[in-house]
Amino acid sequence: MTQPSDKTARKGRLGFSRAADAVVRRVIAACGLIAVVVLAAIFGFLLVNAIKAIREVGLGTMMAGTDWYPTTEPPVFGFLPSEVGSLWVTGVALLLAVPIGIAAAVFLSEFAKGRFKEIAKSVVEFMAAVPSVVLGLLGLAYIAPLISKTFNVDSGLTALTAGLVVGVMSLPTIISIAEDALFSVPKELRQGALALGNTDWQTTYKVVVPAASSGIFAAAMLGLGRAIGETMVVLMLAGNSGLIPTSPLQAARTMTGTIAQEMGEVVRGGTHYSVLFAMGLVLFAITFVINLAADVVLERQRKKWRR
Amino acid sequence: MSAPAPAPAPAPAPAPAMRSSRIKRARAVEAIAKTITGACLFLTIAATLAIIGVIVYRGAPSISWEFLSSMPKKQMTEGGIWPAIWGTLMLTLGTALFAGPIGIGAGIYLAEYAKSGPVTRMIRLSIANMAGVPSIVYGLFGLSLFVMVLKFGTSLLAGSLTLACLTLPVIIGSTEESFRQVPRDLRQASLALGATKLRTIMRVVLPAAAPGIVTGSILGLSRAAGETAPIMLTAVAFFAPMPDSPFDQVMALPYHLYIMATQAVKPAPAIIWGTAFVLVGGVTAAGVLAAAWRSRQRSKLRW
Repeated sequence: MTQPSDKTARKGRLGFSRAADAVVRRVIAACGLIAVVVLAAIFGFLLVNAIKAIREVGLGTMMAGTDWYPTTEPPVFGFLPSEVGSLWVTGVALLLAVPIGIAAAVFLSEFAKGRFKEIAKSVVEFMAAVPSVVLGLLGLAYIAPLISKTFNVDSGLTALTAGLVVGVMSLPTIISIAEDALFSVPKELRQGALALGNTDWQTTYKVVVPAASSGIFAAAMLGLGRAIGETMVVLMLAGNSGLIPTSPLQAARTMTGTIAQEMGEVVRGGTHYSVLFAMGLVLFAITFVINLAADVVLERQRKKWRR
Repeated sequence: MSAPAPAPAPAPAPAPAMRSSRIKRARAVEAIAKTITGACLFLTIAATLAIIGVIVYRGAPSISWEFLSSMPKKQMTEGGIWPAIWGTLMLTLGTALFAGPIGIGAGIYLAEYAKSGPVTRMIRLSIANMAGVPSIVYGLFGLSLFVMVLKFGTSLLAGSLTLACLTLPVIIGSTEESFRQVPRDLRQASLALGATKLRTIMRVVLPAAAPGIVTGSILGLSRAAGETAPIMLTAVAFFAPMPDSPFDQVMALPYHLYIMATQAVKPAPAIIWGTAFVLVGGVTAAGVLAAAWRSRQRSKLRW
């Protein structure tokens, strides 16, 4: 008597579990696509909101315009002051962060040992977790007065000041990715070089660093991406001048800073609002290309050492 | 000057001397290189320690129960920062609610279901690219989609959704990583007992991967808690009462700090540094606790 019902129950359970499996698999697959959807949506919404500006002002006019007077009548929307400002800040940041970051990564990966290595890694990781607004505060309190005194300029709020702090910000990114790339170089290459009588350093610069070069390049690229996209530090430290800066010791504004500062005050849906979205679109396009290039390079490196 | 003598055959004698001088030079170069690269690492560590030191030194003295638990007074120049703490907690909780399930789902998909092919490659490219999109661009996206199109207004909800988008890549990444670290034998044992793939994932792999997922997610969330630019466009107000609903504006620690540090009439430095201390301390405490919990869980699991 009990046997048949038992059998159907088991079949029912199996059927139910298969159906659940199928449903959940679809849900999970849909989640998998979220990144593609969000990225496409970001691009779509930036574009839709920027269309008004592109129609009324023109993308070329904005990108090559030398003046930024968004509130005069008629307003003038030229991105060059922001673009050149971003260039100065990013340039300073990379000049600081790329050599130091790569050198630190080389030491961390090739020469540091044991407990010190672990501690150093966690310190670098901690650095990445410090909110950028806090670094901005530290820059205001310590770096800006220092710059003002050292270079004898009236205001310490310059592209140089912002660039130095942004450089510190992008250090952890560069160090951890470059260290990863160096670490993934197979041990055999190192042992081979050492067996031929090379010193540790000769092994490092003749064999390990060239083998990891694409990963190190990607680290610099991702550092560049972070530096261009950093907002709060430049908003607090760059000085936000509307003129095209001709030296890093002048006040500057960046694309990120301009958007952050002016978005709060614009009429939503107006031309100025749309122009800021167009600037966001330019920023998105720049970082998209940088990230894509870095990722392609990293993927190639990954394939090279996969065994 | 005169006709040179026939070139002397390379005598065996100088060679060892030359070699030893080359070795000496190589060793010297090595010492210099190690010093320089080591100095760069030391500089990085010193900068981080200086950052911690300054924030603790200047911020810790202003921490008191009253500072943490009372409302700001007199245009933020006196009083506490409770509404900003509460706002940041709520924003972070909202971020976890939205980004957690979807991010973990996406991570499971990549680790367990995705086959290598163009679609998977595109998904991976998108995730890597999302991680590099500037936070202010997320702010613009959140402003246009959540604040304007969906009409959530400048609100806790819009801010949480924006921060969720920003945090997704971290959660996806740590989920996939944690799933991949679970040994294959566990899955095969479960499948051999007749469990479906889904049951295997939910009952066997997920519990084993949970510590890694939770820790990675908390690290991502603590980063989101410190973000200023995205919530500036989507969620926060200079001063707001305690929120009653997800559609209210909120105050938040990073934005509060930004305003206080840059407005013309600055509040007492003690309040500014105290706020910075609370923000950095909270982010650090969350990260350290999560890492400690993970290592405890890991030591319990053995395979």
